[in-house]
Amino acid sequence: MKFKIMILGCLLLALALPALAQDSVKTVEASAIPAISPPAPATNVTAMDSPNDNGHSLTLRWTLSADDGAGQKTVLGYKFLRSFFPDSGFVLREGMAPSGSSEYVDMGGRKPDDRDFMPNDTDYYYIVRAITADSNVYSDSPVIGPVKAVGQLYNVGRTLVLVFVLCFAAITIFFIRRARKGAKLFVRRLAGIEAVDEAIGRATEMGKPILYVLGLGTAADIATIASFTILGRVAKKVAEYQTGLIVPCYDAIVMTVAQETVRTAYLDAGRPDAYNDDMVYYVTSNQFAYVAAVNGTMLRQLPATNIYMGTFYAESLLLAETGALAGSVQISGTDQVAQIPFFVVACDYTLIGEELYAASAYLSREPILLGSLKAQDYGKAAIIVISILGIIASQFRWNWFLELFKAGN
Amino acid sequence: MKRQVPLMLVFTLALVMIVQYFVPNDFSLDTNEFLLKWIIIIGIFAMALGIWSLIRVSYEKIRRRVPGWQYPIATLLGLAAMIVFGFDYGRHFYTQEGLENYMFIHLFQYIIIPIQATMFSLLAFYIASAAYRAFRARSVLATVLLLAALIVMLRFNPYLGTFGVYLEKTTSWLLNVPNLAAKRAIIIGLGLGAVATALKVMLGIERAYLGRD
Repeated sequence: MKFKIMILGCLLLALALPALAQDSVKTVEASAIPAISPPAPATNVTAMDSPNDNGHSLTLRWTLSADDGAGQKTVLGYKFLRSFFPDSGFVLREGMAPSGSSEYVDMGGRKPDDRDFMPNDTDYYYIVRAITADSNVYSDSPVIGPVKAVGQLYNVGRTLVLVFVLCFAAITIFFIRRARKGAKLFVRRLAGIEAVDEAIGRATEMGKPILYVLGLGTAADIATIASFTILGRVAKKVAEYQTGLIVPCYDAIVMTVAQETVRTAYLDAGRPDAYNDDMVYYVTSNQFAYVAAVNGTMLRQLPATNIYMGTFYAESLLLAETGALAGSVQISGTDQVAQIPFFVVACDYTLIGEELYAASAYLSREPILLGSLKAQDYGKAAIIVISILGIIASQFRWNWFLELFKAGN
Repeated sequence: MKRQVPLMLVFTLALVMIVQYFVPNDFSLDTNEFLLKWIIIIGIFAMALGIWSLIRVSYEKIRRRVPGWQYPIATLLGLAAMIVFGFDYGRHFYTQEGLENYMFIHLFQYIIIPIQATMFSLLAFYIASAAYRAFRARSVLATVLLLAALIVMLRFNPYLGTFGVYLEKTTSWLLNVPNLAAKRAIIIGLGLGAVATALKVMLGIERAYLGRD
């Protein structure tokens, strides 16, 4: 009997021991996490309308809690509660600011059907909550408000841009007026543009057409607009020399404008009968399908000259290399800096950078257009002088000078 | 009149867009959105003209049996097939459901995407042939270019050991000093050229895009 009681006792002990052990572990674990006491709240909280925007946004600033990075070091970050009333209805906002930060921009939606619509000219009240690892332990700042979000009439951060644009516009208009009065303006030689006439002559001699590619830009891109002007000059020469012209387009609007440009050029050259709408045609708005179509045209029709002017991306080398293989004289110009090396390698002449924009003035030799080129030169000279002054200022730590050229969003 | 009205429109809208850039309020943003929507609307109308142009030019090529006249047939068949399947045989003319049509999706995924990938992959071979032409040391400048390219390429060689570290440093210098300086100079020039061109368009000095009276 005693033996049975002993066995039963041992079994009970064996069953109870793990449970006791677990209890003891739990006790140890519980005692390992010290209870967090509420941290000191954020102080000196201010709320103001975010500057230089359309409203729907408020900026909160505060002095860090005494337990943020110091004291108990328990603050993990800050959350924000917002209400339309000072004493009730506070709702926790989605975002949070990490510990150590003392600014938060509370942005809402602009339109009533936006998910987090935040109307302007409405009173808002805020509480900044210092949070800890324990979601139940936090401390709130006093309620701050009322504050309103307001849309501004002028973006102060863009003043530098405005000043620059106004100065540059004034210089441009000054030189255009000077050119109109008959002042002689020197423009350096642009080999790429001078080659256009030569290339058209070559095409005429060979009895082969000229292929003009406007690139992948839209009609709203400045590079495409510059390209329309060059196309106009090229088309006029082509009409005079009675050579063929092929203009495959990537964008339907670009095609419409290009058709009008070429038609006008043929009228100006006194050859309206030679113009045909099919010279300028739409291919596709798919990048590589466009490349395939243009490359096919190059290899089948073997144009004497290929002119690429406008915005180009990865297709630049695909087009230019095919043109080189077909034995065409190639002239290119783009505003895409990354594509310039490809064109330089594969084409006979390349307009680098702003030469693309200078081409129309250079081709026409119209004094008004040349005037704007002079303004660009002065603009560049001003930037060089400012850059040198900036280098000197940063060496001598003239921060006031550097601050002058800090542009906002 | 036919020329003055478009010029007035260009000037006014350009001025609106410039002012809009400096005015951040809701009215300004709504105006910007409204004008951008117009670009989309005009684009849709222009697309109809574009497709008509494509059909006409392709038809002419087939009719005149120009060299390679078979290709426009493929173009027109492809255009027709995508329209028919895209509208789901006319059942979903006004909805987007045709874009989920089995044939439409498969034509896109198994014909258009592989063809695009093929075209893009040609770039690797073209880069090689273009590099060969660019790096022929025919002049002092071409030799400098060749040496710079060799340094930049060799830095990826894992067998160079300590020498590779020097190449890495030289490459960083090449990319961050002379290369970046040249790039920035071009970008500044482009920026000024773009502003000058925009100004010329706005003031009606540059008007080739308008056509003739």
